[in-house]
Amino acid sequence: MTVFEEIAHTSKSRAPLNGWLVASGFVVALVLAPVVALGFIAARGSGELWPHLIRYVLPTAIVDTATLLIGTGSLAAFIGVGTAWLVTAHRFPGRGLLEVALLLPLAVPTYIMAYATIDLMHPLGPIQTAIRAVLGIASPADFRLPDLRTMWGAILIFGFVLYPYVYLATRAMFLMQSACVIDVARTLGAGRPAAFFRVALPLARPAIAVGTSLVMMEALNDLGASDILGVRTLTVSIYSTWVNNSSLGGAAQIALVMLAVVLGLIALERWARRHQRFNTQAQRSRRIAPSPLTGIAAFGAILFCAAPILFGFLFPGLYLLKEAAKVIARDGIAPHLLREAATTVTVASIATVVTVGLGLILAYTARLVRGPLPPFLVRAGSIGYAIPGTVLAVGLLVPLAGFDNAIDGVMRQWFGVSTGLLLSGTGFALIYAYAVRFLAISTGGVESGFLKIAPSLDAAARNLGETSSGVIRRVHIPLLRPALGGAALLVFVDAMKELSATLLLRPFGFETLATHVYSEASRGTYEDGSVAALLIVLVGLIPVALLARASQVPHAEGVRTAGRISSEA
Amino acid sequence: MSAFSLSRPLAYAAVAISMLPMPAFAQSKEVNIYTTREPGLIQPMLDAFQEKTGIKANSVFIKEGLGERVKAEGQNSPADLLIAVDIGNLKDLVDQGVTQPIVSKVLDSEVPANLRAADHSWTSLTLRARVFYTSKDRVKDTNITYEDLADPKWKGKVCIRSGKHPYNVAMIAAFIAKHGEAKTEEWLKGVKANLARKAAGGDRDVARDILGGICDIGPANSYYVGLMRTAKEDEQRKWGEAINVLFPTFSDGVGTHVNVSGAALAKNAPNKDNAIALLDFLASPDVQKLYADDNFEYPIVGEPNPTIKALGTLKVDSLSLTEIASHRKLAAELIDRVGFDN
Repeated sequence: MTVFEEIAHTSKSRAPLNGWLVASGFVVALVLAPVVALGFIAARGSGELWPHLIRYVLPTAIVDTATLLIGTGSLAAFIGVGTAWLVTAHRFPGRGLLEVALLLPLAVPTYIMAYATIDLMHPLGPIQTAIRAVLGIASPADFRLPDLRTMWGAILIFGFVLYPYVYLATRAMFLMQSACVIDVARTLGAGRPAAFFRVALPLARPAIAVGTSLVMMEALNDLGASDILGVRTLTVSIYSTWVNNSSLGGAAQIALVMLAVVLGLIALERWARRHQRFNTQAQRSRRIAPSPLTGIAAFGAILFCAAPILFGFLFPGLYLLKEAAKVIARDGIAPHLLREAATTVTVASIATVVTVGLGLILAYTARLVRGPLPPFLVRAGSIGYAIPGTVLAVGLLVPLAGFDNAIDGVMRQWFGVSTGLLLSGTGFALIYAYAVRFLAISTGGVESGFLKIAPSLDAAARNLGETSSGVIRRVHIPLLRPALGGAALLVFVDAMKELSATLLLRPFGFETLATHVYSEASRGTYEDGSVAALLIVLVGLIPVALLARASQVPHAEGVRTAGRISSEA
Repeated sequence: MSAFSLSRPLAYAAVAISMLPMPAFAQSKEVNIYTTREPGLIQPMLDAFQEKTGIKANSVFIKEGLGERVKAEGQNSPADLLIAVDIGNLKDLVDQGVTQPIVSKVLDSEVPANLRAADHSWTSLTLRARVFYTSKDRVKDTNITYEDLADPKWKGKVCIRSGKHPYNVAMIAAFIAKHGEAKTEEWLKGVKANLARKAAGGDRDVARDILGGICDIGPANSYYVGLMRTAKEDEQRKWGEAINVLFPTFSDGVGTHVNVSGAALAKNAPNKDNAIALLDFLASPDVQKLYADDNFEYPIVGEPNPTIKALGTLKVDSLSLTEIASHRKLAAELIDRVGFDN
């Protein structure tokens, strides 16, 4: 342990720091409220469904869920890490463009991707129609490609649209990895592949783990795409238990068991790398010098990077554009669509500010305060991501409405005034739900940002007289800006696409683009929803573009700032 | 200061939230609807209602958890009317204790007794038949029963949406009412063995996949035929034109399985009178004609739209909706047991 780190550690026990702990405790209490409510709901439900579930439902659901998650996770990790390494450590024609474009699928919600892909690949769709025309076959009854409504189809569809979570995190990690480490590896005789597999990749492990677990959570929580593709995940089983057996208690029980398993897996991954430290000394790092690729290698790299963009963005995007153009040409753009777009952006923005703020509190507390409590708070604050949206929303309704009714009761009794429902059924409930759901993204993002800042910087700043909040304001926030921006934009995109909690918690007349698409889809008029779907993608492109720009400024910028700050201080 | 770093974003959030459109509750000229039915389908009726009475109808489309929301909101719930598209879902609301009896002479006289609850806890608003779509090119047989779907001659030729979808659950529940648990399980196994693709997607996908050559026959709701054949998109019209519509019966030959869209009155409805006025309005012949012409459903009063009428005569099966709903849980269980959706 260096002297600086020792100072950092001793400074961890000062009194004012408890304020951060209290704030974090408050955040976690907010997150846990719906989970505790679910616990009560689960406890009230009888266990009578379990024999049936264990015998008939869970075996398939568990195998399907595991297959989907492992398949999607592996595919996304393969694409995400591969492309991230290609664009950070190599130079080839089109690299700059591809580097940005690889983020694009973030803007496409999985349910839209699933619908578009099924339509494109349908025997009546353009691709098979063209194949039949070439082969001279008249009827689709005589020749068809395999149906995509299978597990493999689902893995492909999810993997190609979700890989940017891995790409984003891993690329940032590769960018900040000191070239020195790679250089040292090369000097010691490692070839380029060895440097990748034995140095860069292991060092990027936290980022890959975070990205891949986000991908898996997205796949696990999905309902819309699974419905279209006929995949029976645990989440689907939870809903069907709830709806068809009128057993919210049973559904809550499965949801909590699922949550426990997810938490166990995440804990396992963290435990496996418990002794590893990943932060490098920021001051001395510079970017890995990209090695030029030529000829067939360059072509291969372009192909590898272009394929996910084609499948994950361009095809579904063009499909939506075509469908939307037909509708717009016929009906024009309905004015309520623009209103819905505005609502979507407003709510998602507020949710983003709140969620990132809360995530910052949690992550900073974990950095600042010693002991097992802060890391526990961070983990506890992140569990909302592992609970299916509507189930979480029900869990949230109970305490919120309970609070409202309690206030109302008191006000009626003492003042004879009814306050009605203050929080539930308002925008507050929605923001609350988004924050609980997406806190894992913001905390994770901020945390991995913090990982890159050596504790010696804190120590130096504190040593030179900064307070703990001064350090975060004047040292961390400037250094964290890329990480904060990345987290914010991911939360924004996710909040914008959020559907299940929004449906249940929203007030009258409150329509987002996602709920609009869903209501069209639920009566089978997908085409009419295509304009709204296109708007989701277009609005989603704005943060993605910002994200691309923000992450363009490589970590070197942060390093310069850090250098300046430490020298100023 | 650290403990208060929350306050700023929260303050921003509070300000911003207060700017969101908020409904004004409990005003006499309003009625609030929670609906699991897609609101676009009832909006024309709600607009007509406001025009006629000056009462503004606010609606929010909720999928799972409508009953739970009303229950949690308790006595302060703004909901007046709860609308659902399946008898099972309607019954669920009643069983959850979030409804109250509907007292309306109009409904008592307009809605046939078998289409509303004897205890007035719910009423139907429209009917839909679970018909078969068959390929115009490849299926010549027009006399096919629900039981026949399990006939091995349809192996690899049946398309259907998820067995767990309320429309299918109700159909299977009706099968249980006719034949009992054991025979239904056998039947489901047979149908499952005949599937051309996974039980997924929606009812329109049955027509699309028939045109796409994936399958030849499948159960689907009647109104989609009208919607597809009159659609603005060429594609949808082609799907609609690729199929014949059969009105299957069970082997007893009594009639076709139907389901309903309907409504219940919320227990703590703040605008109860307006809600009943709206229900009376929805059951009136003029509005029923709107349902028939816009949505191609079978009205509970009057004639269906000519497009639907041309499909053939609907002979409704005699099972009561309440009995169908009572077999719903078993139906869902059987679907799991045979792994219908796997």
